[in-house]
Amino acid sequence: MSLPALTLALQAAQLSSRELSSCDLLDAVLGAHAGRGDEANAVVGLRAEAARAEAVEADERLTRGEPLSRIDGIPVLIKDNMVQRGEETTCASRILEGFVSPYDSAAVTCLREAGAVIVGRSNMDEFAMGSSTENSIHGPSRNPWDLERSPGGSSGGAAASVASGLVAGALGSDTGGSIRQPAAFCGVVGMKPTYGRVSRWGLVAFASSLDQIGPLARTAEDAAILLGILAGHDPRDSTSLAEPVPDYCSALDGDVRGLRIGIPKEFFEAEGADPVVLEVVREAIAELERAGAKTLAVTLPHTPYAIAAYYLIATAEASSNLARYDGARYGHRSKKARTLSEMYTLSRSEGFGTEVKRRILLGTYVLSAGYYDAYYRKAQQVRTLLRSDFEKAFEVCDVIATPTSPEVAFRIGEKSDDPLKMYLSDIYTVSANLAGIPGISIPAGFAHELPVGLQLLGRSLDEATLLRAADTFQRRTDHHAQTPRGWLR
Amino acid sequence: MAGLSKSEVADVAALARLQLSPDEQSAMSADLGQILSYVEKLQELDTTGIEPTAHALPHRTPLRSDEPEAPLDPELAVSNAPQRAGTAFVVPKVIGEEGAG
Repeated sequence: MSLPALTLALQAAQLSSRELSSCDLLDAVLGAHAGRGDEANAVVGLRAEAARAEAVEADERLTRGEPLSRIDGIPVLIKDNMVQRGEETTCASRILEGFVSPYDSAAVTCLREAGAVIVGRSNMDEFAMGSSTENSIHGPSRNPWDLERSPGGSSGGAAASVASGLVAGALGSDTGGSIRQPAAFCGVVGMKPTYGRVSRWGLVAFASSLDQIGPLARTAEDAAILLGILAGHDPRDSTSLAEPVPDYCSALDGDVRGLRIGIPKEFFEAEGADPVVLEVVREAIAELERAGAKTLAVTLPHTPYAIAAYYLIATAEASSNLARYDGARYGHRSKKARTLSEMYTLSRSEGFGTEVKRRILLGTYVLSAGYYDAYYRKAQQVRTLLRSDFEKAFEVCDVIATPTSPEVAFRIGEKSDDPLKMYLSDIYTVSANLAGIPGISIPAGFAHELPVGLQLLGRSLDEATLLRAADTFQRRTDHHAQTPRGWLR
Repeated sequence: MAGLSKSEVADVAALARLQLSPDEQSAMSADLGQILSYVEKLQELDTTGIEPTAHALPHRTPLRSDEPEAPLDPELAVSNAPQRAGTAFVVPKVIGEEGAG
């Protein structure tokens, strides 16, 4: 097996035994990137030299037998919306092109303190607004399984990088499915933790009540390793939770006997869902039953309203968050501006892409006088109904199993002219963000020779149960070990 | 309620400090109209007496102790400024501009 194809856990074991060095792993990443190259356009900023220095330091620690953590010396990618001191962060937007952060985001600090080697930044939809990684100043990312198809989004670069074997682990952010849907499209594991489990300090804000950072990797075990490093309270993010962080890896005992899996019929009856995808997901659930889990029907009756509530709340919050891009303190300033109001208006109009403008306009409209109650407040009330659907369901089950996406990876360009069609592709993922609960997508099998994701949703702060179920599934199947042809040598 | 005329789009754009070309206005009018008709389906639900959710989790907001800490170095804070004078941000003249602020 090639170096990049190793999982984080295997890389860690080989670093520990000194069969491999951190520099070997970095060479493999840079070689893979220079070789087949970045045909997937997944990476937008490699930091080869800085990463080399970090790898050399990691090797010194590993040689002394004093690793900082299990991922000391392991190369990872971060999404281009998590700031790193002294490095560019663009959010795939012209308005932030050239922005160099004066500080590290909390997630980057966690990685650095663990000794991880940050090899670069992964591509994304501008400001994480999109489901295809097509809305990027760096150009669209491509799915390693079929370069004509989207890797999903908005963390499409992260998912494509893990799928192509470039790195074993990457960080994404998930506001309405932006980790889980690309993980499903690329045949990797992606986890959105409970809202507040990981600090958002230094994550460029999209919709603050929904945004959450999480890991993408090949296996549930690797996701558990990364989550353990990222999770925890941070005084700089007042919404981060001061709850103890369990040892996620020790939860992976391969035992799901008696686990109660709720099957929400609303997710299997959604209009337009691909029946082949649904069948693959049903079979994956059957595998968990064969492992001793019990399934039961549950109902999440407000599911058909989730997309509408989500796009009202997310755009309202985005219109407020993105007001900070005014050309005054950082980011793009229009060269044509002569007055202060021209500076604001022209800088923003030149700097933001079409989808970002569309969402700012929608958000501004729904928050404006006369429409607030009908749209924004109504959406927040529906959010309450969606939350209580989950609370009721979790009275009788421990996890909820659904498809991650109603379809396999779509073609690049297929939905880019139809924003509503693109929004509807998030139908299975947005509910978890609205309810704040954790969710994971794992490779469930294939439909039309493309990966299909199984989504497991859990109770607030019960990531361990999701990871245990996901890991058990992966012990019994080899879908996660399948790799796109021609990428891994 | 659904549907937005081009002039309504222009009004919302002005609130959001965005300037749209006539083509962008037409496209946004169509797109936003389509999205707003879709979200109309929320009106099917009776939400009388339902508390709105602003944040998903009921966990209380933790507070830190109010102790002074070293702030960001002002040199670093202005390091991304499009235009600066020392550690100040320079912007076009504010006073005297019509509709400034």
